Amino acid sequence: MSLTVEDVKQRNESLIKEVLEVYPEKTAKKRAKHLNVYESGKPDCDVKSNIKSLPGVMTIRGCAYAGSKGVVWGPIKDMIHISHGPVGCGQYSWASRRNYYIGVTGIDSFGTMQFTSDFQEKDIVFGGDKKLEKIIDEIQELFPLNKGISVQSECPIGLIGDDIEAVSKKKSKEYDGKTIVPVRCEGFRGVSQSLGHHIANDAVRDWVFDKSGDKHVDFEGTPYDVAIIGDYNIGGDAWSSRILLEEMGLRVIAQWSGDGTLAELENTPKAKLNVLHCYRSMNYISRHMEEKYGIPWVEYNFFGPSKIEASLREIASHFDDRIKEGAERVIAKYRTLTDAVIEKYRPRLEGKTVMLFVGGLRPRHVIGAYEDLGMEVVGTGYEFGHNDDYQRTTHYVKDGTLIYDDVTGYEFEKFVEKVQPDLVGSGIKEKYVFQKMGVPFRQMHSWDYSGPYHGYDGFAIFARDMDMAINSPVWGLTRAPWSK
Amino acid sequence: MSQSAEKIIDHEMLFRQPEYTEMFASKKQNFEFPYPADKVTEIRDWTKTAEYREKNFAREALTVNPAKACQPLGAVFAAVGFANTLPFVHGSQGCVAYYRSHFSRHFKEPTSCVSSSMTEDAAVFGGLNNMIDGLANSYSMYKPEMIAVSTTCMAEVIGDDLGAFITTAKQKGSVPEDFDVPFAHTPAFVGSHITGYDNALKGVLTHFWHGKERVANNAINFIGGFDGFVVGNMPEIRRILTLFGAEYTVLCDPSDVWNTPSDGEFRMYDGGTTKAEVKAALNAKATILFQGISTEKTGKYIAETGQEVVSLHHPLGLAGTDQFLMEVSRLTGKPIPAQLERERGRLVDAIADSSAHIHGKKFALYGDPDLMLGLTAFLLELGAEPVHVLSTNGDDHWAAKVQTLFDASPFGKGCHVYAKKDLWHMRSLLFTEPVDLLIGNTYGKYLERDCGVPLIRLGFPIFDRHHHHRFPIWGYEGSLRVLVTILDEIFEALDANTIDTAKTDYSYDIIR
Repeated sequence: MSLTVEDVKQRNESLIKEVLEVYPEKTAKKRAKHLNVYESGKPDCDVKSNIKSLPGVMTIRGCAYAGSKGVVWGPIKDMIHISHGPVGCGQYSWASRRNYYIGVTGIDSFGTMQFTSDFQEKDIVFGGDKKLEKIIDEIQELFPLNKGISVQSECPIGLIGDDIEAVSKKKSKEYDGKTIVPVRCEGFRGVSQSLGHHIANDAVRDWVFDKSGDKHVDFEGTPYDVAIIGDYNIGGDAWSSRILLEEMGLRVIAQWSGDGTLAELENTPKAKLNVLHCYRSMNYISRHMEEKYGIPWVEYNFFGPSKIEASLREIASHFDDRIKEGAERVIAKYRTLTDAVIEKYRPRLEGKTVMLFVGGLRPRHVIGAYEDLGMEVVGTGYEFGHNDDYQRTTHYVKDGTLIYDDVTGYEFEKFVEKVQPDLVGSGIKEKYVFQKMGVPFRQMHSWDYSGPYHGYDGFAIFARDMDMAINSPVWGLTRAPWSK
Repeated sequence: MSQSAEKIIDHEMLFRQPEYTEMFASKKQNFEFPYPADKVTEIRDWTKTAEYREKNFAREALTVNPAKACQPLGAVFAAVGFANTLPFVHGSQGCVAYYRSHFSRHFKEPTSCVSSSMTEDAAVFGGLNNMIDGLANSYSMYKPEMIAVSTTCMAEVIGDDLGAFITTAKQKGSVPEDFDVPFAHTPAFVGSHITGYDNALKGVLTHFWHGKERVANNAINFIGGFDGFVVGNMPEIRRILTLFGAEYTVLCDPSDVWNTPSDGEFRMYDGGTTKAEVKAALNAKATILFQGISTEKTGKYIAETGQEVVSLHHPLGLAGTDQFLMEVSRLTGKPIPAQLERERGRLVDAIADSSAHIHGKKFALYGDPDLMLGLTAFLLELGAEPVHVLSTNGDDHWAAKVQTLFDASPFGKGCHVYAKKDLWHMRSLLFTEPVDLLIGNTYGKYLERDCGVPLIRLGFPIFDRHHHHRFPIWGYEGSLRVLVTILDEIFEALDANTIDTAKTDYSYDIIR
């Protein structure tokens, strides 16, 4: 069973050839550019990315609305996010991402609610601006403690020529400069969720930063102020990260955007350093803050003790000895826990192979956590990554790793069938396909409703979950004893 | 540090530990600029008042927490019910990712469906090329016997013409000329998921029946409508019709493909109504629509072919199931099977055994309009009071039907029906006119939390309880299951309310 790297490369190359055979010629040519076998030493994974998905192939991708409402804006808990357009988009994304927050839902927090303009035919024909105005009035009356409103555009808005910017400005004026943010994240824009992240980032820049002015003049900074950027607090990830930063002596003045608030967004330009977890979805605003406010940013990875240690030191390197000592103290404090976790789970997971297909940062970031448990990632790909993601991936993957960008349902199924990994980590749409095939699976977007997975507390849960997925007795029972 | 390798705790308990609760308090106080706690309490209390209810019901533009989804979701449901059929949604691709996720979260099963992935250029030039390439790709890759096309709102707004596009795609060789590509326009800004089911199903029937001559026979067709319990219900319906010895066809049956085994093989297609069955179904004597509101246009189309159409509204319980069986008996000319009569007797028996626990209990319920009619009738039959019956996608005609049910029962007095309302309206109803129990889908749990009313999960979607959809809620056996589901919640609530040692536990009885 032990294949050499050359064997693996050969197998993967022929596997790619094989899956391409199913496509019409034109499609095969295009898909070929998204599939590759990683050659160590190369500066990137040598695949095309961030280009249009082909029609009819069963892409796993979502849309710009999902990237803005579902990812970036939705978790800001004290604002009301209107899904502007027909009812479906808001309905399918309603509370499904587990962006944990603390607050009185419906009163001062609105995260797990679905506000929609529920467009009807007449709104399409006559436009929805008047309706939007009225919606904002009704929100103000019924939800008086909301701190702001965002308008998350669904497909029709851009097509029918509504002027949500004008409505937002007008209503903001009417309500004493209230934060009202129009977001042009119509689902047909761009090629995936990714453009939605970018548009949402730009909306923060234009409609929050540029308008917040002296809203919190009394907010006093310290030399140790940081903001967590790009952690959506899925299952509490941002919390199990924040606690480490605070323990090392930093002051976390904002969380973007899991359990986040408008005030935190507004005060972020006062941070000394932005610490960026999901590069893909929030590098834009980090770069903007660097240019405009001179705030440096640093990427970090809080999956698994090896990467957490390296990241804590990297973050600390931007501060004085007090913080550097703090980082060492935190690392030492949790070492007993992580050693015990690894001692318990590594023997059960050693040598197990994993194939991933996820979004954002996870196709690379979780690799270290698997390796801490003795596991090996043999295939990975991004739902909506760009070339800079594939460059960063080279720091994580091994020679011969199978790389698949914007994988299609067909390709993923065939790859897994042939590679036979011990675990697949992907999303809800993929989960049951692979479980039917008898392959253990964990959802790596939602942590399969578990979590947190970030930080040291999260790593223990991650290890437990991977063990329970792979070593569940059910996988020994998928075939009836009388069948061959 | 509260985490340990011996006893690993996840989000449920981890964040209650002092290191986290202190962190939350400090975050709130120092960085969130929150409203003062008494202000939050004041507003929270205000939302429970009659004054707030009045403002809430005066809403004209804003919808909050609706109990409906959009048309294409229903269209995908309908497409999935046909054998070896690939649902194909023409428009933006994110929509399809949402439908697939939504169904998979409910059924805990894969849902295969493709999109034509239209983007900005298609918005300008139309999605013809997306249709041409999309059909060619999906035909080669997924080898369906049929591709059922529906639309997202993007394609509808720009006015793509499916019929013309499919014809052109065939001319360009995307799929063979004689390959079946039924279609339906399913704009998300009209109706709801049940409308999409209706349109898509009608599209399939029209595709196979149009221009064909009908030679009537004695068979009957059964159409279930959009149904979250379809996996359990369809086999039950087949059992019932088989007991009758009826010659029947279920038109649209996703109960196999959403219920495949884990045995090492992924079945992208499984079961479903075959094309031969659909074609032959034109000749049936009659069609039973189990959820008439969910299949209004389909029913009308079928009636135009000359078939008798029997439109029911999700019949449940004794009278409802009686009606269904008597219709089957009348249409097939076969007597009600003795086995079903025994099952009826057992349901009566169970109701008699337990009715004291349900009699006079007040219920609030919400969901799809047909389901609401069936449940309302069943609750009235149980001597319960369906005080608030609400539907986001039910209209005034539906409301009138519910009112008729109220009027026919002494238990319907003081009950009200709410058409085109959402769960934020329901919240006001539950605060101002409290009830004992709530029936709804998973999202009802937020009402359970806010208003303290126990939730019974019947409807779609149900994400947070597993496998109930695998069991039927139709027929006498299914109704028994509904009864037990309601009873379980009543007993759970009673136990929870009497569990305090030395305070209330005298009533914490071992026999109920």
